[in-house]
Amino acid sequence: MIRYIAKRLILSIPTLLGVIVAAFLVIHLVPGDPVEVMMFGANPTPEQMAQLREQLGLDRPLHVQFVDYLGGVVRGDLGESIQRHRAVALEIGDNIGPTLMLTLAGMSIAIVVGFALGLTAALRPNSWVDNLSMGVANLGVAVPAFWLGILLILLFALTLGWLPATGQGGGRRLILPAVSLGLGYSAIIARLVRSSLVQVLGQEYILTARSKGLVERIVLFRHALKNALIPVITMVGLQFGNMMASAVVIEVLFARVGMGRLLVTSILQRDYPLIQGTILVFGIVYILSNLIIDLLYSVVDPRIRYT
Amino acid sequence: MLTLSKRQPDPGQPAGSRGWKQAREAFERFAANPAALVSAIVMLVLIVVAFVGPAIAPYDPVKIGTGPRLHPPSGQFLMGTDQFGRDILSRVLYGTRLTLQASLIAVVVAAGIGIPLGLMAGYSGKAVDGVISRFIDILLSFPGILLALIVVAILGTGLGRVQIAVGISLIPAYARLVRGSVMSAKENLYVEAARSGGCSTFRIATRHILPNIFVPLLVLSTTAIGWAIIIATSINFIGLGVHPPTPEWGADLGAARSYLGVAWWPGTFPGLAIVVSILAVNLIGDGLQNALDPRLKGKGAYDR
Repeated sequence: MIRYIAKRLILSIPTLLGVIVAAFLVIHLVPGDPVEVMMFGANPTPEQMAQLREQLGLDRPLHVQFVDYLGGVVRGDLGESIQRHRAVALEIGDNIGPTLMLTLAGMSIAIVVGFALGLTAALRPNSWVDNLSMGVANLGVAVPAFWLGILLILLFALTLGWLPATGQGGGRRLILPAVSLGLGYSAIIARLVRSSLVQVLGQEYILTARSKGLVERIVLFRHALKNALIPVITMVGLQFGNMMASAVVIEVLFARVGMGRLLVTSILQRDYPLIQGTILVFGIVYILSNLIIDLLYSVVDPRIRYT
Repeated sequence: MLTLSKRQPDPGQPAGSRGWKQAREAFERFAANPAALVSAIVMLVLIVVAFVGPAIAPYDPVKIGTGPRLHPPSGQFLMGTDQFGRDILSRVLYGTRLTLQASLIAVVVAAGIGIPLGLMAGYSGKAVDGVISRFIDILLSFPGILLALIVVAILGTGLGRVQIAVGISLIPAYARLVRGSVMSAKENLYVEAARSGGCSTFRIATRHILPNIFVPLLVLSTTAIGWAIIIATSINFIGLGVHPPTPEWGADLGAARSYLGVAWWPGTFPGLAIVVSILAVNLIGDGLQNALDPRLKGKGAYDR
């Protein structure tokens, strides 16, 4: 097991390096002079421009800059925000918690609703329950999270007055954002749970389990679901990163603090060190979540470790 | 004795009367699927609206004070008016062209870059494949909308740049599909036959392999239009896309956020337009998949 973990860790290093290179290159790919773009509208003197260029290290050769950047990333130093005059790492530290909380809450909704719909559908394939569940799932994929959020605000906050419309924090304030974020993904999970479970229920070992007289509940949960879970876990892992990226839009809609709002503001203010840092952290979280899923996968399915 | 002339059709590739028969059968299968048929009609209506929208829109979509501010839907203003007294129906009609055009351009950009990349990766040797595949891996480590946002961060905001950004974010989907298909297609006998007949690599890739992955590419492109609509409207919604007063569905929903407490209609109708468009392309994609390649039944637009 330890060897497997070590192997997976080593295999993710090239991708990690690629993400660092991509974040590093963002400022260099800006058409024209990045310093001019950043100071646009501020009527900078040539001295101010030279100072910013020096502060960002843009006056040095590209490879020297990259080695510096890489060293900074390793030490956790992501530079300083131009607009906020504060370390990028500190800004991200303030904002990543709320985004992770929102993403985890959204993921919980997606998993619970997705499994409920998928199980219901799989147990009675081609019945009206199946058609209804899959119809809801189809619709769920076509509704953008931000519009679902608007509808939920209109219904539950403004018409019924049950929940707060916008704002920071957990508890009741987290419900509407999490549902807006998670419901679309629950549709994807529901379809996968259904197809995976229908396939597993047709296997011979299910027939064996049933014919030796096991209760249907045990057949379903201990034999079928455990095997049907494998593709679902992969999907959930892949979707975690996607969901965190979708949280950008939800944070803007619900006026919540987080990585998404940080990224949008930094793009609008052309605060490149902050943009670079935010992108880097999103990429790293994505790689990490894939890594965790791979490891989880090897726990559920021991065959993986030996191949 | 095996002789190969250039005119001889490849096995497995529709040609002549056989191709027509296949196409007609596929069309019949598509038309027999009610969801796909209705979606195709909805899509046709949307395309017509995209062309004639400006002609049938009752009012000027950007003129401030066409009616009273935030007037609820009525006979005069079917979808009501927004915070500047602009007619929402007119804005939704104008927005159709913008959204369809943006998603189409994005898909063309993605296909135009992704297909050649995939062909090169799949058909060239290990070194080229390695470089391209690593590049695609890096693109893929920025999930969903984030890749498009990175391109916006580099290029800046605005309609044209968002189209390019969305296009770039869809490149990996094309490159991966084409690379995988080429890898499996190049083991086929007809490719070997073409190679021994003296065809150049480029010719084999474009004339022999590409036509054989036409079906999955067509299905992917339909689905990709749906993704493009979601990503583009999202970017416009968070305010990094079109500049006001451009009538755009996502941007209009973004503006409606501040008035939800007093008016439900500005936050509702543009969203309805988005959902109808995405649902239509997704169901058409599913229908095409089942009609063109019945073996793959059940692998649809949603299995990302």
